[in-house]
Amino acid sequence: MRGSVVRAWQRWRSRAARGALLGPLDVGLWTLPLAGYFVFPDYLVLGSQMLIAGLFALSLDLCLGYAGVVSLGHAAFFGTGAYTAGLLALHGWQEPLSGLAAAAGMAALVGYSTSFLVVDARGLSRLMVTLGIGLLLHEVANRASSVTGGTDGLSGLEPSALLGHFRFELSGKTAYVYCAGVGLSGFVLARRVVQSPFGLALRGVRENASRMPALGVPVRRRLIAVYTLAAALAGVAGALSAQTTAFVGLESLGFERSASVLIMLVLGGTGRLYGAWLGSCAFLLLQQLLSEQSPAFWQFWLGLLVVGISLFARGGLLGVFAQLRAALGARRSRRRPPTSAEAPGHGA
Amino acid sequence: MGILGVVFDGIAYGSLLFLISVGLSVTLGLMNVVNLAHGAFAMFGGYLSVWLTASWGVPFLGTLPLVLGAGAIVGAVAERLLYRRLYAASHLDQVLFTIGLTFMAVATATFFWGPTQQRVALPEFLRGQVEVFGLGLGAYRLFLVGIVIVITLALGAWIEHTRYGAQLRAAVDNPQVSAGLGIPVHRVFSAAFALGSALGALGGALGIELLGLDPNFAFEYLVYFLLVVSVGGAGSMRGTALGALVLGLSDVAGKYYVPELGGFIIYALMIVLLSLFPAGLRGRRA
Repeated sequence: MRGSVVRAWQRWRSRAARGALLGPLDVGLWTLPLAGYFVFPDYLVLGSQMLIAGLFALSLDLCLGYAGVVSLGHAAFFGTGAYTAGLLALHGWQEPLSGLAAAAGMAALVGYSTSFLVVDARGLSRLMVTLGIGLLLHEVANRASSVTGGTDGLSGLEPSALLGHFRFELSGKTAYVYCAGVGLSGFVLARRVVQSPFGLALRGVRENASRMPALGVPVRRRLIAVYTLAAALAGVAGALSAQTTAFVGLESLGFERSASVLIMLVLGGTGRLYGAWLGSCAFLLLQQLLSEQSPAFWQFWLGLLVVGISLFARGGLLGVFAQLRAALGARRSRRRPPTSAEAPGHGA
Repeated sequence: MGILGVVFDGIAYGSLLFLISVGLSVTLGLMNVVNLAHGAFAMFGGYLSVWLTASWGVPFLGTLPLVLGAGAIVGAVAERLLYRRLYAASHLDQVLFTIGLTFMAVATATFFWGPTQQRVALPEFLRGQVEVFGLGLGAYRLFLVGIVIVITLALGAWIEHTRYGAQLRAAVDNPQVSAGLGIPVHRVFSAAFALGSALGALGGALGIELLGLDPNFAFEYLVYFLLVVSVGGAGSMRGTALGALVLGLSDVAGKYYVPELGGFIIYALMIVLLSLFPAGLRGRRA
């Protein structure tokens, strides 16, 4: 009996270590949202925003952190998902989970059809194409006001009870749990993707795109696939936002949102998955604290923070942690006699 | 407004876009720095002009040389202290850094001037319309086109016929070889950056009448400047002029003939042009 429990534990550990499952550290970290539910019951709305922003930043991390595709228009997919879920809910389809799926599908469709333009462009042109796609969709939503409500947006959405039981009430409890559940599912999916051979190929493309074809990796197809996947996840985040706030605004497609998600991700650290969550929590917390004084004040400190990151902390918060750990590790290993296996200058 | 009127307005708008964007083109083409804060330099020029006219009673035309000089100084200082660190950085770091600068500029402008639109008082002879060959043209737009033509000719002659111009052309073509030949590429770039910032600031001041001026200017019009440069081809003056004219004309014509589409035309045009000409219409490098 005891042996089989130990064996099951070991099996779980080894699968978790390969990234196929959540490891002990992941379980520990994912109890934080659960703890937040009980410790800060008055801040559940902010908590939901953090979870939504985290999922959105996670989708960008797949694209930027793993495949190295910088996007200045990622809000295009967030907004597509938000409008899809919002329009469905307004026109009689109020079931939230199928709304999420529809939003993911729609965002994936938009992502796939624009991916060719993005993947084929290089350097500055690629930046400009992503920016242009974002602006284009924003302008479409702005002008098609008979469908999208224009600058007024869509309001008064009433998604039906989650799983037929849990209504979205004013305290935001259902919304928070819903966001946490969807966020965790998104994280597990993203984790499986980046640990797979596909994810490894993406990292190869990021490091050296011209060398990967020699290893038999179809670079273009891989980038199109990850761009589409990132778009779908961003669409889910947008749909979550629409359903839990019962509102879709034009700013869900705006450049400011594309810029802020980029800042959140870089603040937390790219290419680490957890950086997305850490960055969005830190960003929204700072925003909450600083914009109490005045919005301009917050904008100024945000700018200074971003300048600071880009000059001094290029790995973001998690990058700084990793450097500190490496520095501590180096000091510890210096006490031991050096081994020939340790390459000089490693760990920078 | 007849078709000639639309074309004239488009040219006026395009020449303003050219004046502001030419500095951005140099930054991108010469040092490969994506400077998203260029809109903030233009905004600085606009606010400086507003401040000088409102608080010191300087006439609008008198502020223009001061704006040009201040823009050059601010550009040179920013290049020296900040941008120099970014030459070797990735596009992502450059984007973040310059977005951060722009956020700070927007916040500062909001702090001092509030979120409202600013205006400047134009001298009498620049208001109203002028009759040219039976066509009523806006006096201010005519003045603007004139200034931009003069500056462009001066700039062209300078780049074509002076030693500095030859160094600049060489450095854009091939920075490594130029440095090997003893051209001080970094110093050439510092000067070009300062000049580009000065022209951007001047364009911001001249553009108050056409584009308006509020703290959002830095982000709102940045897109147009980037568009001009990426469509025209970074590092090429003729390309930038071509891109500015194409965008100025199509934006004005689009908003005049099919106002319900708004900015849609310009963004769609940009995506199409970038897909067809990834290095810009007259780009030097792919």
